Amino acid sequence: MTGFDAIARTFRTPKGALAGGWLVVLILLAVFAPYLTIYDYAAQDLPAGFTPPNADHWLGTDEFGRDLLTRIFYGARTSLSVSSIAIGLSVFTGMVLGAAAGYFGGRFDRAVTVVVDLTWSFPEILVALILVAIIGPGISGTMAAIGVAYLAQFTRLTRAQIMAIKGETYIEAAQSLGGSHAHILMKHLLPNALAPVLVSAMLATGDAIILEATLGFFGLGAQPPTASWGGMMSSGAAQLFKGPWIIIFPGLAVATTVIAINLFGDALIRALDIRARMRLT
Amino acid sequence: MLAYTLRRLLLLIPVFLAVSVVIFAIIHLIPGDPVDNLVRVGSTPEQKAEITARYGLDKPLVVQYGIWLGGVLQGDLGTAIIARRPVTQLIAQNLPDSLALGGFALLFSTVVGIMLGVIAALNRDRIIDQIIMGGVLLGSTLPSFWLGLLMILLFSVQLGWFPVSGARTWSALVLPVLTVGLGGTALVARVTRVAMIDAAGRDFVMLLHAKGLHPLRIQLRHVLRHALIPVVTILALRIGWVLGGAVTVEVVFARPGLGTLLIKSLGQHDYPVVQACLLMLAVAVMLGTLLGDICQAALDPRVRAALR
Repeated sequence: MTGFDAIARTFRTPKGALAGGWLVVLILLAVFAPYLTIYDYAAQDLPAGFTPPNADHWLGTDEFGRDLLTRIFYGARTSLSVSSIAIGLSVFTGMVLGAAAGYFGGRFDRAVTVVVDLTWSFPEILVALILVAIIGPGISGTMAAIGVAYLAQFTRLTRAQIMAIKGETYIEAAQSLGGSHAHILMKHLLPNALAPVLVSAMLATGDAIILEATLGFFGLGAQPPTASWGGMMSSGAAQLFKGPWIIIFPGLAVATTVIAINLFGDALIRALDIRARMRLT
Repeated sequence: MLAYTLRRLLLLIPVFLAVSVVIFAIIHLIPGDPVDNLVRVGSTPEQKAEITARYGLDKPLVVQYGIWLGGVLQGDLGTAIIARRPVTQLIAQNLPDSLALGGFALLFSTVVGIMLGVIAALNRDRIIDQIIMGGVLLGSTLPSFWLGLLMILLFSVQLGWFPVSGARTWSALVLPVLTVGLGGTALVARVTRVAMIDAAGRDFVMLLHAKGLHPLRIQLRHVLRHALIPVVTILALRIGWVLGGAVTVEVVFARPGLGTLLIKSLGQHDYPVVQACLLMLAVAVMLGTLLGDICQAALDPRVRAALR
């Protein structure tokens, strides 16, 4: 069974279709943001500030008179790209580390395990804040912070997968046939370890969106005038009493996206039947 | 049990050292001269020389780390650049508020989470189970700072039940505790439900049924007790997360606390305070995890036996 089959089957379940459909729509909105709106995401129009939702501005305007819906579209670009790139980097590095540690064992494995266990017990937000303190605020700082914050999870999961299957007969067979370490890792071990790691990567992307929004909320994420959901909520918090919609809508965007990712990921786990393998032991 | 506790405490020392190296390194990893990161903008050369001498900034890194760590262990966390006060004072002022918030949030998550989990498990696959699990999904996926702000809008602004911000009264604690606790509640409820359902399928439960005990009594006295072990494990891991969540929520509710102090200092580039806050939070996470492990060992007879 290939991954595509599983995704197709996930889309055929009601929950999967709803969640997956919303995610597809969201990605399209982010990609085609400039063509979907007549407003500029950055240009200020102070007299139009604090307009409640109406026919012209469906979700109202923020304190600078910028159309909120437009900024949510553009914010989707920031949030989705920052969190998925960060998780992508994290998954790649984690798989390399975890696979090497699990396959070769020995001192390297122990060193990796110690470092991973060290970061593992710390909440991601704390790890991310330490890194942002070092790298400085902004998009690249946020990406690096999120990437490192989730590294332990993927390293641990990949290592556990490799450890579980490296004793199987077919691996032994490949070894006795003279397969090189690289061949066995790339052709046999990693493909079999891939499904749980990728699904947990998807679920982690949901968490990463919240983390990105949290950093943005603290003013440590993408800097103005770039639109990001967290940044929008940060300015919305300051205007909580004057224009509550400024914070409600970006929050709804985050919430629906993360819920959709979780529902879809859950349906995918069911379709792939890998719940037991998702445990991090 | 005592030996186990002591061994776990000793194991924390290398972890603490590793964490302290990272936090010490912040001052050197951020762009710019470490001296400039430790003094106010526009300081005189004399003031810079004083800081250089005090932290040994002209000496090798290892020596600098030694000086810094020595200070930390003696309770000297440096001087805040903006507030111009010993950082230890700032921490001492803010720590109790963070601990109160974190502690009550953890208590809330535990009690409400276990209750919801039990109710969901007893009504497995019925409508009430689905409502609880739906709420649990919401609770664990909504950004806590957003939820906090919405609660301020609803309960403080519209209904006027609770103060908008601050920390002087008990009622000011209600909304922040709810906000921090919700994520944990969701997790505890989910784990409790699964563990209850899992435990209910064991042989000893069948025996209890065969003995003719009342089903509710079996569930609450025997199954729940069995199911609590994974719940305690997850709670132990959660202690750190509660503090992490508290960081965000403190800022939202404008409460004093380590989180507020940390975020403010990050914005002001007040690095001695940033270092101190991160160190305090890290230590709190380590002690929390340790406490959880010990509770788990105390609860699980198998772990206790293995320790002997």
